[in-house]
This record gives sequence, C-alpha cells and structure tokens, in this order.
Amino acid sequence: MSGVERPYTLVAELTYRCPLRCVYCSNPLDYGRHRDELDTETWLRVLREAEDLGVVQLNLTGGEPLVRDDLEVLIAEARRLDLYTNLITSGIPLARERLAKFRAAGLDNVQVSVQDVSAKESDRLAGLNSFEKKLEVCAWVKELGFPLTLNTVLHRENLDHVADIVALAERLGADRLELANTQYLGWALPNRAALLPTGEQLARAREVAAEARRRLRGQMEVLFVTPDYYTDLPKACMDGWGRRFIVLSPDGLALPCHAAHTLPGLRFESVREHPLGDIWRDSAGFGAFRRESWMPEPCRSCERRGIDFGGCRCQAFHLTGNAAATDPACRLSPDHHLIETARREAADAKPARFLYRSLRGVAAERQSS
Amino acid sequence: MISAESRVRLAAKARLRFDRKSSRYMLLYPERGLVLNPTAADVLQRCDGERTVDSIVEELARQYGHERPAVEREVMTFLQTMADRGLVQAVA
Repeated sequence: MSGVERPYTLVAELTYRCPLRCVYCSNPLDYGRHRDELDTETWLRVLREAEDLGVVQLNLTGGEPLVRDDLEVLIAEARRLDLYTNLITSGIPLARERLAKFRAAGLDNVQVSVQDVSAKESDRLAGLNSFEKKLEVCAWVKELGFPLTLNTVLHRENLDHVADIVALAERLGADRLELANTQYLGWALPNRAALLPTGEQLARAREVAAEARRRLRGQMEVLFVTPDYYTDLPKACMDGWGRRFIVLSPDGLALPCHAAHTLPGLRFESVREHPLGDIWRDSAGFGAFRRESWMPEPCRSCERRGIDFGGCRCQAFHLTGNAAATDPACRLSPDHHLIETARREAADAKPARFLYRSLRGVAAERQSS
Repeated sequence: MISAESRVRLAAKARLRFDRKSSRYMLLYPERGLVLNPTAADVLQRCDGERTVDSIVEELARQYGHERPAVEREVMTFLQTMADRGLVQAVA
C-alpha cells in the first residue's frame, strides 16, 4: 500500500464551451483562459489510465459535452473499459440520431438539467431559449431506453417550485431527480445575493422533497442536496480532497475538484505531460489537502474530521482568502459570521440582478422581465 | 413489493462490474456504487428478469449447502432493500 487510496470517479470536463449562460455555472470565472482543449487521443489515453488506477465511474461533463464531436468515440472506449458512464448535459445541441449513437456505444445514464418548470423562468436563468428542447431530449432519452436523471439547481427563484419539478420529473418518467441546491462557487458566488434562499423557503422545499421521496420510493430516486450555507456543518466536498475523485479540466489539468485551479499557490499538472497515475500519487496539488496534516483547529481535533474532511477548500479560499482555513460553513469556524451575514441578507429580498456567464466575466446584465 | 414469485432484474440505471482491485463485484449506478459481498453478488447476478426469487433461493441454498428458510429470509430482505433503493425491480 502506498497510502494513497484509489480514485473511483473521473469527472471529465470535456470543454468549458456551452451555449447556455447559467448564472450559477460551476466553471471558473476565467474559463476563457482554458480554451486549448485536449484532443481525442489524449482523452482516450486518460480513460485507460483512469481505469487502471481504479476508476469505475466516468462523468462526461463540461461546459456542454455535446459540443465535442468525439463523444461517441469516448463513450465507446469507456464502455470497453467497463466504466459506468454518465452524460451530464443541458441537452443542447442534440439530435435524436446522435443520442441513439450514444446508446449503441454503451452510454449508461443521461442527466439532463432543467433550470425551472416553465419555459419563461428556465430560459431566463439559462440565458437561452432552451426549455422546450430539453423536454424533447428527455423524451428521447426514455424512448431510447436510457435511464434518465433530471437535475435542477435550486435557489431563491425556483425553490418554491419543487413540487412542480417533482411532477415534471414524474411526467418525463425520470429514474432519478437530483434537486441540488446551488453551491456558491464559480458564477454562483458573484450571484449569491440574487440566488441565496431564505431558511423558511429551504425548509418548505426540503419537506416537499422528503414527501416525494417517500411516495416514489422504488420508482424514482429523489435527492435533495441542502446548501451548506444552511447546514451549519460543512459538506464533505468531493468526499475529501484527492480521495475519491479526479476532475480533468478541458485543457488537461488533473484536479481534486472543479475549482481547485482557482486556488493560488497550488501547482497542478497536465495529463499532456504526465501519466494520470503519477499525478494522482505524487502531485503537490493533490497532496496539499489530502488527509489531515494540513488541518487547522478546530478541524484538527474535531470528531467530524473524517466525515466532512474540513469542508470545501475553494469555499474557504473564496470567502476568507485562505484555502487552508476551516470552511466558514462550519459553525465552529472563526469565519462563520460570513455565512450568517449572507443568510441575513438573503432574508431581505432584493430584486434579482444576474451576472450571466460570459467570456468577459464581468458583464452584468439587468433583467428586464 | 418483492415476493417469492417475483421475477427480478436490475434497474435500468444499475450495472454489475467485477472490480479487480478489490476482487469483488460492484453495483454501479449514477454517481454511486456499492461494493458487494460475495452473497450479494451471487444474488444480483441471478436477477436476470427470468428467474423468480424462489428459484434464486433454491439455487443459492443448494450452492451454499445452507437451510432454505435462512437463505430465503436473507435474500428477501436484501432484494427488498435493493428494490426500495430503486436498484432492483420486479418484472411486471
């Protein structure tokens, strides 16, 4: 035993390109700097290296993975390697014939996002007319025999619609419904004032989801991911840094999470220059927050340190300026007041003013709806 | 509900895979996976939509040389748990 555990999941961020401009996109604000995408051959090699390391799950995501024209080839190789392959998509742009090719190539699951339950609201959040097309894609997914995961990112504007989202998922025949509250990183952080819900809103939505979970047991899996701004306990981000997941950025950086390359002072290697296994085992970036030696108090002596691993390093950095701080989401963090202040501000409803995802990164647009 | 007469199969979203790192079978489904003990793997490998629960119990009792009632209790409990989690279905 080298002491480093095996990874189970490779999150392949095939591209940061996307026709949608969602206001809570998890891609980094400077995603435009990572436009030199890996070619097909490199991705195929990475899939083989990942499987060899112990990876059994492959998430094909982005950006919008459909904008890559080599998805069919990657899916076929993943199937040959017996990886469980999940396509995480907005459904745009997609033709039914192409989806049928994914099926033939061995894709296991399709996850389609909808932003809300009406075209007007969904399209406003996505910054693109896309809702009707998404519903059509969901129907194709089921017709072609795929399991369907419907995903909705929750926030102040749609949390009161959870019952309708459940009904939509049932109508579409979804096998899984992922109600994932916004994580306030990436584009969601500058949009936090417009997105963070109130505690009452969240409690109501959680109850609706719990009722749906009981009613649909065995038929549709209903997941509700509570935002860590309201749990007073940090989330077990990525199940611990460098412990289970490898995220590969479109330009080939192997990362412990989607946003690790936004942390200053850490070095991450590219699969263009190094085998994935070497990076997993030896990279200083992967090692930086692995296990417990990096932990400050109160984490270091906390009985939950093996449960939440100190929370989210990116959240710690983006809120406190120190990536090695205890996640402020934790009530024991000396910076927890930052979270409490954000909650209080959420209680004073303000008109939503969204910053849409864009290459410029700073173009705030006022909503006219 | 899973009964002795149910013909059971894996849900569409679930797939068995042998894991050479742990020398165990895994049941994989979106974003998750279960590492199976040998008995669980024996049961799930027989969930082919053809066999009934009854016949799976019969086969395993013979294979393990165990009393049938004990095997039946274990298999039924396991399959009902898996069905509740949406990983196993009774074929209509």
